[in-house]
Amino acid sequence: MVEYYWPKREDSEVIGKPLNRLDGIEKTTGAAKYTYDINLKKQLVAHALGCPHAHCKIVSIDTSAAEKTPGVVHVEVLPHAAPGSEIKWQGELLVIVAAESEGAAAEGVKNLEVKYEKLPFWVDAEDLAGAEAAGQTAKAGGKAETEKEPGDDDDEDEFIDAEIERLFKQSKHVLEGYYGIDAITHCCLEPHGSNVTWNDGSVTAYLSTQNVSGTDDGFARDLELTADDVEVICQYIGGGFGSKFAPDYWGIAAARISKATGRPVKLMLSRDQELKIAGNRPAGYIKVRLGADDNGLVHVWDSQQWGTSGDNGGGVSHGVIPYVLVPKNYRRVATGVKTNTARSRAWRAPNHPQACAMSQTAYDDLARIMGKDSYDVFMTNLVNAQGAKPEVYAEEMKVGAKLIDWKAKWHPHGKGARRGSIVDGLGMALHTWGGTANTSSCLLKIYPDGGVESFCGTQDLGTGTRTVCAQVLAETLGLKVNQVKVNIGTSKYPNSGASGGSTTVGAVSESHRRAAQDAIASIFEKAAAQLECDAGDLEAKGGKIQVKGDATRSLEWKKACTLLGMKPLEVTSSYERGAPSPLSNSGVGGVQMAHVEVDTETGVIKMKTFVAVQDQGLVINPKTCKSQIYGAVIMGIAAALYEHRIMDNATGAFVNAELSEYKLARLGDIGDIIVELYEPESERSRGVIGNGEPPAISPIAAIANAVCNALGTRVPVAPFTPKRVLEALKNARA
Amino acid sequence: MKNFEYAAPRTESEAVALLSDQPGHTEILAGGTDLVGLMKKMVVQPERVVYIGGVPSMKGVAPTADGGVRIGAGTTLDEVLDSPYVQAYPGITQAIRGINSMQLQCQGTFGGDICQRARCWFFRNGHGLLADGGRIAADGAGELHAIFGNRGSARFVNGSRIAPALIALGAEARVIGPAEGEEHLIPLDAFFRTPRHERERETVLEPNQLLTHVVLPPASGHSGAYEVRHGEGPDYPLAASAASLDIRGGVVRDARVVLGQVAPIPWVSQAAADAIRGLAVSEATAEAAGDAAVADATPLSQNEYKVQLAKVAVKRAILLAAGLETGGF
Repeated sequence: MVEYYWPKREDSEVIGKPLNRLDGIEKTTGAAKYTYDINLKKQLVAHALGCPHAHCKIVSIDTSAAEKTPGVVHVEVLPHAAPGSEIKWQGELLVIVAAESEGAAAEGVKNLEVKYEKLPFWVDAEDLAGAEAAGQTAKAGGKAETEKEPGDDDDEDEFIDAEIERLFKQSKHVLEGYYGIDAITHCCLEPHGSNVTWNDGSVTAYLSTQNVSGTDDGFARDLELTADDVEVICQYIGGGFGSKFAPDYWGIAAARISKATGRPVKLMLSRDQELKIAGNRPAGYIKVRLGADDNGLVHVWDSQQWGTSGDNGGGVSHGVIPYVLVPKNYRRVATGVKTNTARSRAWRAPNHPQACAMSQTAYDDLARIMGKDSYDVFMTNLVNAQGAKPEVYAEEMKVGAKLIDWKAKWHPHGKGARRGSIVDGLGMALHTWGGTANTSSCLLKIYPDGGVESFCGTQDLGTGTRTVCAQVLAETLGLKVNQVKVNIGTSKYPNSGASGGSTTVGAVSESHRRAAQDAIASIFEKAAAQLECDAGDLEAKGGKIQVKGDATRSLEWKKACTLLGMKPLEVTSSYERGAPSPLSNSGVGGVQMAHVEVDTETGVIKMKTFVAVQDQGLVINPKTCKSQIYGAVIMGIAAALYEHRIMDNATGAFVNAELSEYKLARLGDIGDIIVELYEPESERSRGVIGNGEPPAISPIAAIANAVCNALGTRVPVAPFTPKRVLEALKNARA
Repeated sequence: MKNFEYAAPRTESEAVALLSDQPGHTEILAGGTDLVGLMKKMVVQPERVVYIGGVPSMKGVAPTADGGVRIGAGTTLDEVLDSPYVQAYPGITQAIRGINSMQLQCQGTFGGDICQRARCWFFRNGHGLLADGGRIAADGAGELHAIFGNRGSARFVNGSRIAPALIALGAEARVIGPAEGEEHLIPLDAFFRTPRHERERETVLEPNQLLTHVVLPPASGHSGAYEVRHGEGPDYPLAASAASLDIRGGVVRDARVVLGQVAPIPWVSQAAADAIRGLAVSEATAEAAGDAAVADATPLSQNEYKVQLAKVAVKRAILLAAGLETGGF
């Protein structure tokens, strides 16, 4: 029985080293083929008609002109768009036209004749009163907790009402605030889509997916095949962020059309379709009242929140409100606003970024009304921290404060020096996430000539999965990373979980370490006889199998592999999600701090410095790990300052569903980003934990608080556009 | 994108001859940074595209006999930026630098910037230039729309980045056609118009006329341009202004102030010019000119904030023209 473990920091030769991505050259030169780059012989190009209305009934669809369009080969009315169907959001695909060229497909779509019966719609997620009046709301849950429990004869609701009010009366400081964050879209650079080939009873699907091992059955189900008939391939993906776990109905439609026409079908969403229907993050708004003692320790929280996940209401889960800093007494109530917008999909750390922005802003406002340093208020409230340990947050706060020079730069809210019309400010926030390892299997082959290759049905979201796999294998086998070949990206390889929820680095580290340890144990058994020692005395290091601490008694790797005989050694090792393991863990914390400047005449905000301190257990590759954090912070800056889905109340349209109007942060907008991996032995010894989600959580709240510190007044709803900053300043003057 | 006929004339007269007299039948392609996107979304669907990038006479920057400058409409923005003859007009170079995209500067042309279609997400999503008689922008998501000249159906803004500076500098547009040999010099402020119905476009160009050059008078005095940009990317500004000042003895003898991104046409502000004329430029006098510029603004339901931005843009353009610090970003 092999005992799995990670080598100590000082013994590690590959793990913990900042190696470049193995596929970096391919990606940066364009050699890497993404789904969008896949073009197959005789393929048809498919375009889709999106619904122009926010809410309507399909009266009729006439496809005859489209079918007669030169170059058009096949037209399919999607099942959910049959005449009589109700369509609940703009952009929903109705008809797919497959043609010999992009131009012919586009003309075919243009020639479709659809009659709609327009129906009333509601697209405003923030206007709760309006939504209630329009009958567009639904209860979305809530919870109350108090230290003091109701007596047997008490009505629970009345008791909670009375207890909360009693606690507020006892509070030295009471803060009432309003905060919110608009919906954003996933805005994947590579839109959702696939290139699917029906091969007389089997399907090959190049799919832009975060889930190669879990999408084959989706194709199979709809085509009345079994999963073994389907191969899903994704070697590279241009962004998913939680929105690409399924084939989607348009991928299935491409497969159906391939079956009907006998030709490969490529269907990639257009940019506006990508933004309208292929993923968005719920909007959330909240009214908060909190009470604190003399020191700023919050002991009661009372909030009403609302938001939307689309036509089904929903919104940000109340389960993470208040966020991380959870006082002993709280009441939270949530209402869902049903909007005629596409349904939300998981977005990097679902619910957490919004919850952080909707609640840690209140803690900062508490500091503002108390005239206290926000850092001190956060530190005081760490006694109520959830997720990571309070002492870990505290240490990370100290590290972050040093890196951003908090003490020197801090000034009370709105009291900083003014340079022309420019003021500056500091803000912080903290976060937590699970990051448990997903299920993963790895087939490792070691050939008698010394060759090594692995097979795993995982995928690389661009974050360095291949590199991590190679580092784990190389470390375990005592080789260099260029001596191992990592194969991933198809459903025909051993199953590995979807890349979502920060589960991949743990998953592949588990499966690859286990496979390599299992394999090397077999090689040790064979080498022990040659080296006249026990297998347990051997180690793999520096390209040799050697007696621990005695390099003179060793076999070169190639020589050791000849002991395998004529056939390669094949080992498949697995990890099942949730199983206790010394190799992986879950539960991380992070602290982020922002320094911003605001032009008070124009409302324009500029990032000066952003500090991200993050723990994630054992770091396999600090370079790719930091890269994850840089990317997360940049996404957070975009959500804080630039991007949001703008719904037009007059037409129900998503008016900025193009990159020309959907504003994202550019390099010139992000300032200096400083990333610090917090990896003391106490964290490293916990094993590998994913970090895809956590650093994407705090940026909005940290920047919101920095803006508030600069201005002395709160800009309540993100993104903090010039319009909103100027309105907040105007309200403050009033 | 709908199929189209492609023509690549080599001379100005060939180009004009290829243009239809029917609105929308032909489109002129230069850098393509605006047109191609509109064609892909089928907002415009020409039968024929006339590419003018191969017309040598429309390229380059050259001095004129009177000491001014003549800029070919097909000259790319980065070529204009690099031209020694343009350096005397800081308002122009500042405006081009504001287009924070090397791709747009290298691909986009001088004439293309001037002739670009309306900035309006309703127009660009296929609702037409006047979007339900302007009611959509007035009642709905009109946050980027016009705060001046918006009493008719047109609520979009003119997006040209260089037109405010050119108008402030007294530039003229050389327009040819429709007849062979027909040529007009039009003051650039008269080149733009607010359309009254969907068949009218945003300039006075007939469908079979072509903007070939912009002619600038000799540089005299001071000029500057300021854009309020949300971020550092290639996004369009939220408001902009350019100012041309004749300063003698420390006092503004004459001024022209033009706003951009706030009206269906580049918006000449006589009130701002009047406010600064006769005074020395200072923070206070520039601010007063900004106040004067927006006194008659008519914001829609969602864009009151643009009044403040327009005011600041005017103030800062005047300060920049006078060589003073703006005090902001």
